[in-house]
Amino acid sequence: MIGILASVVDGVLVGAVYGLAAMGLTLIWGVMNVINLSHGAIIVLGMFVVYFLTGATGVSAYLGIPLVLVVGFLAGIIIYWVSVNRVIGRPILMSLLATFALNMIIIGLGTAAWTTSPYNVPVSLPGITVGNYTFTGTHIMAAVIASVVAGILYLFLHFTRPGKAIRAVASNRDAAELNGIPTRQVLAMAFGLGVALACVSGALIATLFPFTVLSGGAYQLKSFVVTVLGGLGNPAGALLGGIALGMVEGLATPFTPVSWTPIIEFGLFVLVLIAFPRGIFAFTKA
Amino acid sequence: MTALLQAVDLSRRFGGVQAVSELTFDVNQGEILGLIGPNGAGKSTVFNLLNGVIAPDTGQIIFDGADITGLPPYTVARHGIARAHQIMQPLLGLSVLENCMVGACFGRENMNLADAREAAREVAQSVGLGDRVGALAGSLTTAGKKRLEMARALSAHPKLLLLDEVLAGLNPTEIEHMIETIRGIRKSGITILMIEHVMRAIMSLSDRIVVINLGKRLAEGTPREIAENPEVIKAYLGDSKLLTTAEEGVP
Amino acid sequence: MSSSVSQEVAKAGTFKPHHSIAEEIYRHLREPFLWLIVVFTAIVAFAPVVMDDVSMRESLLLAAVYVTLASNLNLMIGYAGYVNFGNIVFFGLGGYIGVYLATSWHVNLVLSVLAGGVGVSALAYLFGRGILGLRGAFFALATIGVNEAIHAFVTNFEPWGGATGIYLSMDAYEPLGGPMSGLWFCYYLIVLVMGLSLLLSYAIKTSKFGLGILAIGQNEDAAAVLGVPTPRYKAIIYAVSGFLPAVAGGLYFFKSGIIEPNGAFDLTTSIEAIVMIMLGGAGTVTGPVIGAFLYEELRGFLLVSETFSHLQLVLAGVLLLIIVLFVPGGLLGWLRARLPWLRKWLQ
Repeated sequence: MIGILASVVDGVLVGAVYGLAAMGLTLIWGVMNVINLSHGAIIVLGMFVVYFLTGATGVSAYLGIPLVLVVGFLAGIIIYWVSVNRVIGRPILMSLLATFALNMIIIGLGTAAWTTSPYNVPVSLPGITVGNYTFTGTHIMAAVIASVVAGILYLFLHFTRPGKAIRAVASNRDAAELNGIPTRQVLAMAFGLGVALACVSGALIATLFPFTVLSGGAYQLKSFVVTVLGGLGNPAGALLGGIALGMVEGLATPFTPVSWTPIIEFGLFVLVLIAFPRGIFAFTKA
Repeated sequence: MTALLQAVDLSRRFGGVQAVSELTFDVNQGEILGLIGPNGAGKSTVFNLLNGVIAPDTGQIIFDGADITGLPPYTVARHGIARAHQIMQPLLGLSVLENCMVGACFGRENMNLADAREAAREVAQSVGLGDRVGALAGSLTTAGKKRLEMARALSAHPKLLLLDEVLAGLNPTEIEHMIETIRGIRKSGITILMIEHVMRAIMSLSDRIVVINLGKRLAEGTPREIAENPEVIKAYLGDSKLLTTAEEGVP
Repeated sequence: MSSSVSQEVAKAGTFKPHHSIAEEIYRHLREPFLWLIVVFTAIVAFAPVVMDDVSMRESLLLAAVYVTLASNLNLMIGYAGYVNFGNIVFFGLGGYIGVYLATSWHVNLVLSVLAGGVGVSALAYLFGRGILGLRGAFFALATIGVNEAIHAFVTNFEPWGGATGIYLSMDAYEPLGGPMSGLWFCYYLIVLVMGLSLLLSYAIKTSKFGLGILAIGQNEDAAAVLGVPTPRYKAIIYAVSGFLPAVAGGLYFFKSGIIEPNGAFDLTTSIEAIVMIMLGGAGTVTGPVIGAFLYEELRGFLLVSETFSHLQLVLAGVLLLIIVLFVPGGLLGWLRARLPWLRKWLQ
């Protein structure tokens, strides 16, 4: 019994990181109605940034997080102006394809540069032992950082001028434009923010598990599941959705072979989509 | 006069707003019935209830002897109710002819494609779009799109035509033109229920008028009776235009 | 003006139908485009045997599979306006059913792949009733979820070999007269499936059903008000768009001699099919064909060239981005906008 409980708690810790990744996806969706299909590739980008950073400078992966944020933000701004700006307001297929094209480009370049062999970021933290079960230190740290970043995002969106501008553009772009908000710049900023969040979650995942250039796909799909659980365009819901997914994974682990997890996840995903197209936790967005 | 459509005690609530409340009225065979009321009175909601876009919470809709309450819009269309929208919804990427063919194919007569093509061509001709049948719907002007909206509904050869502010946004010449078209449609035997804000037009076109306010029926009668009804005048905040246009408009 | 309007409206109201279905079919048979499809299919089918060129057969086979995938996906994306990202699930699942029946149960190959098609279509119809209620991006996401869920399921499904998949022994080709003639047989069938895909696309586009589907693609709510039975039509087109890809999947994997989950449910192939549609022009019959052949050529070139073999994905991505940003109508849309006379020939 304690084993199951521990597994669920561990799932919640990892789930917080999924939640952070999904937050990046859902922020972009909510603000500009674009589903970013390069999300997974960007998560991988975050993984490699922290890998090379720790490799080159020897600093702790956790100290590199602010830099990952900055790199992600700038990358996001560039991506927005190159491939997203022109498809804003066009049929949904166009934005899906534009971001997927980006995904192909990043994955292709990544494969050429780093092959598809596995990498890992060496981090050692002492775990916390409860009874005869030890919670991994890196999992706890990742969950703490994910929660802190999520908290900062909340404060930014609600208590700063640029944050309020983002929310204004998300709720009504035309009205925001009429009130003198430069909407395209705000969209670029929101996109940068979403990409930065994805990068940070990638960096955190890199401290938990080994990864390859192609790992992004799995985490992107998890982000979709989380986003659908939490309600598209709803950052607070995303964190809850992430934790919910982590719990489901944690709960499933003791009972089913690992290879069955995706079936449970995607089955859940499709069912939730059909039953609650606005998300289970979609209570905050009006 | 027999009733083609009977709306009985229709109610519909959206969240905290009672959009339509215990509304009852008949549309008689062959008449033009006007549905008027101040902005937000629930007129478009009534249309949405009648053609199945939304289902009523309570109440019943009897059309041509059949209970059509709560049926989906495509089934209602098959029964013979067609609608021209206030906010035009042309199928932009299809041609004018194809737009009308959709109406003909899936409307009351369930025509095959070749029959629909001919029916659509005739109707397009009749509303003055004869020379634009090959053009993409997206390339039409506002007035053209209004006509297309009408032509598409007519192509179904409906028994009842719902016209939702088809005159809005047209200039005076275009309005005259459209009024003629509406008279022509009625003459061909199609019953019409119309929502309109252009008072002069609705007063002169309608045989009877139903006035609603805040989702409830306020009054019902001939255009002259309506124009003289003190409650109606009050609801319109003493809009004197209603009176004058009625006097000018009624022959 | 006024009296003539009344008369014409009156006339329109008393119109009586008089066209029969036979007349309609006859009208189609005189359509040059129909014969263009037949001739094209025949050329693809017989070119390798006339030229006595096996490598040509292999590349044409791949092209025919691509055309089949792209053309049927176009029914959803180009006609109905629903973005099916997980379309490859039809191909993969059809492949598994077909190969499984042909090898484990020794069912005749043609019957096996047809069973795959029917099975996939039936599943798609039932499933479509559920997920087609979703609009836009939600639908697109759900289709990815469906593909991944089935991918994960098949990976764990022992009767189908789990993660290793099903390998065919040489004996499997015996009923077809050995591997050599078996490969040719599969080739002709796949080309036939390609030709049928194009005929299907054309038939739907020029039918009443197709008119309803096109109306849904333009504006679903307006289509419903006009009388198009939208839920049923969407489920039908979803099921129909799965049939021939599933048959092609059975033939392709039987011919390849192996089917395994990662190859059968590869999301990248799904997206490649979308790239082909966009390249040629969505919503047209010819567009996906042109797109599929161009893409196959490009891919072949990139794979052969040592420098580019790593960067194939990058170039495909750049190509897709350029199309989406600057030529959303695809090659055909671009041409038809400039050369209106092409409309008759390139539907």
